Amino acid sequence: MLKMPNLEVHQPDAVKHDTKVSAQDVNVYYGEKHALQNVSVNIPDRSVMAFIGPSGCGKSTFLRCINRMNDTIPIAKVTGKIIIDNQDIYDPSLDVVQLRARVGMVFQKPNPFPKSIYENVAYGPRIHGLSHSKADLDEIVGASLEKAGLWKEVKDRLNDPGTGLSGGQQQRLCIARAIAVNPEVILMDEPCSALDPIATAKIEELIDELRQNYCIIIVTHSMQQAARVSQRTAFFHLGTLVEEGNTTDIFTNPKDQRTQDYITGRFG
Amino acid sequence: MAVDTIPGSLPGPASGNARDKTNAAIQKSIRRRYAAERRFKIYGVAAILFGLAFLAVLFWSIISTGYTSFVQSSFKLDVLLDRSVIDPSGQKDPNALRSADYTLLARKALATALGADTANRRDMREVGQLLSRDVDVEIRNEVLANPSLIGKTIPVWVLASGRVDNLLKGQLDRDLPAAVRKISDQQLAWIDKAEAEGRLVKRFNTGLFTNGASSNPETAGIGVALVGSLFMMMTVLLLAVPLGVAAAVYLEEFAPKNFWTDLIEVNINNLAAVPSIVFGLLGLAIFINFAGLPRSASIVGGLVLTLMTLPTIIIATRAAIGAVPPSIREAALGVGASKMQAISHHVVPLAMPGILTGTIIGLAKALGETAPLLMIGMVAFVVEYPTSPMSPSTALPVQIYMWATSAERGFVERTAGATLILLALLICMNLFAVILRRKYERRW
Repeated sequence: MLKMPNLEVHQPDAVKHDTKVSAQDVNVYYGEKHALQNVSVNIPDRSVMAFIGPSGCGKSTFLRCINRMNDTIPIAKVTGKIIIDNQDIYDPSLDVVQLRARVGMVFQKPNPFPKSIYENVAYGPRIHGLSHSKADLDEIVGASLEKAGLWKEVKDRLNDPGTGLSGGQQQRLCIARAIAVNPEVILMDEPCSALDPIATAKIEELIDELRQNYCIIIVTHSMQQAARVSQRTAFFHLGTLVEEGNTTDIFTNPKDQRTQDYITGRFG
Repeated sequence: MAVDTIPGSLPGPASGNARDKTNAAIQKSIRRRYAAERRFKIYGVAAILFGLAFLAVLFWSIISTGYTSFVQSSFKLDVLLDRSVIDPSGQKDPNALRSADYTLLARKALATALGADTANRRDMREVGQLLSRDVDVEIRNEVLANPSLIGKTIPVWVLASGRVDNLLKGQLDRDLPAAVRKISDQQLAWIDKAEAEGRLVKRFNTGLFTNGASSNPETAGIGVALVGSLFMMMTVLLLAVPLGVAAAVYLEEFAPKNFWTDLIEVNINNLAAVPSIVFGLLGLAIFINFAGLPRSASIVGGLVLTLMTLPTIIIATRAAIGAVPPSIREAALGVGASKMQAISHHVVPLAMPGILTGTIIGLAKALGETAPLLMIGMVAFVVEYPTSPMSPSTALPVQIYMWATSAERGFVERTAGATLILLALLICMNLFAVILRRKYERRW
C-alpha cells in the first residue's frame, strides 16, 4: 500500500505536475566568490515557481543558470547538473542556442529592440526559421501578442517602434517576444520591478494565464507577488536554498527560522 | 544672554551669540565662493573669446588672400587659325598639328585687337608678355579636337599673363615707375583699352579646379591633387573601415580580457597619438623599399593614411559598441540568437552612428594630412591626371605645401584659395558626420 503524499492535502487547488526542471547540487562561482552553494530543487511543469530572498542571495544567479545566461560572464563557473526533460543542459553536446529557444527569458527592465513592434516579436521565429512565409510569421506574431495580452492595444500600430510603448506594454511585448519561439520554460527576472501597480497587476494576470501552458520561474522582491502568482516558492539566503515548498506552506508555516524572519520582515 | 562656549566644543544650537557668529562666518564664505565662481566664468569667457579672435584672424587672413584665386583674367580673342602656320603641308598630320606655333597665332590676334603693329618685333614681344605662357595649349586643344576649323577665325578665351592678372586684381601698383612695375607704359595702355572694350575680364577660374601642377601660376590648379586625394580616400575607406570595425568588434565582444588584450588596447591608444611622419617613415620602409610599390603613387599614400586612421576608427567603434546597452545583447541572446547574430543584427546597427562618425572624422584627418606623404615622395610636380592608384600623383594638402614655397603673387593667392577649398571639404565631412549622428541617434 502506498501512502498518500501530504502535498495534495495542503494545496488542494494545485494539480500535481511532472518535474520540468531539476537542479542537482548547483554551485556558481564568480571568480573567487562562491555565489551559489549546493542548490537542489525540482520545478514542476505548468505552474509558477517563485524565488524570493534578500538582495544578493543568489536567486537571480540561479535563474540565469537555467538558460545558461551566466555563460556570457567570463569569470562565472557553474558546477552541478540542471536537467530539463531528462537532458543535462550543461552537457557539452547541448547547444546553448537551442537551449535558449526552449527556455525563454524576460528581464528586469523591459528591453525591446529599438525596432517595430512586429519586428520585436518576429525576430526569434525568423532567426530560428520557424516560419516559411510572411503569412506564417504574421500568424505567429499575432498569436504571441494575443497570448501576451497586447494584441488589442497594438494591432493597429504594429509598425510603430516597440520603444514607444509604455513600460508595462513594453514588458508584455518582451513576454510576447519570448513566447513567439514557443519555449517550454519561461524565466522572469523581477519582471515587475520597473512597473507601476496597474501594469504589475496586468503582468501578474498574464503570468497566471501562461502557467496553463508553460513552466514559469519568477524571481521577485515582493513577497506579496510571490504569494499571489506562484504555486511553489523557494527562499534563498546568502547563496543557499534555505527552504522550498508550496507557496501557502512557505508563507503560513515556514519550517526554517530564517524564512520566518524574512517573510515577517525582520530582515531583507 | 551670552553663553560661554567651552573652547573646542561645537556651538550649541540654542546659543544665540554663537549662532550669529556662525551665520556671519557663512555669509563671509558665501561671498568668497560666489566671487570664485564669477572669476572662473570670466576666465572661461576670456579663453573662448581669445580662441575665437585667433580663428577670426586666421579666416580673415586666408579669405582676404585667397578669394582672388577664384577668378582669373582672360582675353577674348578672335584667333585666325592660319593654315600656313598650323598645317603648311596640308596633310593634317597630328604630329605637325601638335607642334605648330599657336602662340604666334594668339599674339597676332591680340595685336590686331589692340591695334599694335604686327610687323614691329618689339611691339609683338610686349603683346606676347600680356598672354599666359601656356596660351598655345588652349588653342591647340581646340584645333586637335576639330581639325576642320583650320583656316577659320574662332573666338577663344585665353588666359592673360600673371602680371596682367596681378594688375587687374590690384596686386600691382600702377603708379610705380615703369622700370620697377614690370609692365611698360605701352602695355598699360593696351590693358586699359582691352578692359574698356570688354576684351579683358576676370572670369571664374575653372582652371583652379581642373589643372595640374604648372610653373606658371595662372595655369596651376588642384585638379590632379584632388584626384590623388580621392584615390587615397578610397583606399582608406576600403581598407581602414572594414579592418577597423572588425578589429573593434572582435576586441570588444569576443576577445578574452587578459594581459595580451590589455597590451593591444594600450598600443592602439598610443598609436592614435604617434606623430604622423612616423607612419610616413614606416610606409617608406615597408611599402616602397620592401614591397617595391612605386614612389609618389596614391596607393602608397592611401596605405600609409590607412595605418594612420586605423587607431582612430578602432577607438571610435569600440566606444560606440560599448555604449550599446547590455540589455539589448541579453534580449537577443535570450530569444536564442547566437553571439554573432546578436552582434550583427543588433549591436553593430545600434552602434552604426558612432562608427560612421568616427570613420568620417578619421577620413577628414587623413584628407588633411601632409607630413607622412612627404616621406613617400608625393611632393611631386604632376601635370597629368593619375589614371590609377599606381600612377604618380599628389594630394591636396601637399599641393598647398608646394605652392606655399613659391614667391609669385599668383601662387600666394592659390595657396590661400586651395586652403579654403580644403577647409570647405573638411567642414562638409564633419557636417555630414554630425547630420548622420543626429539622424540615427536613438534612445533606448
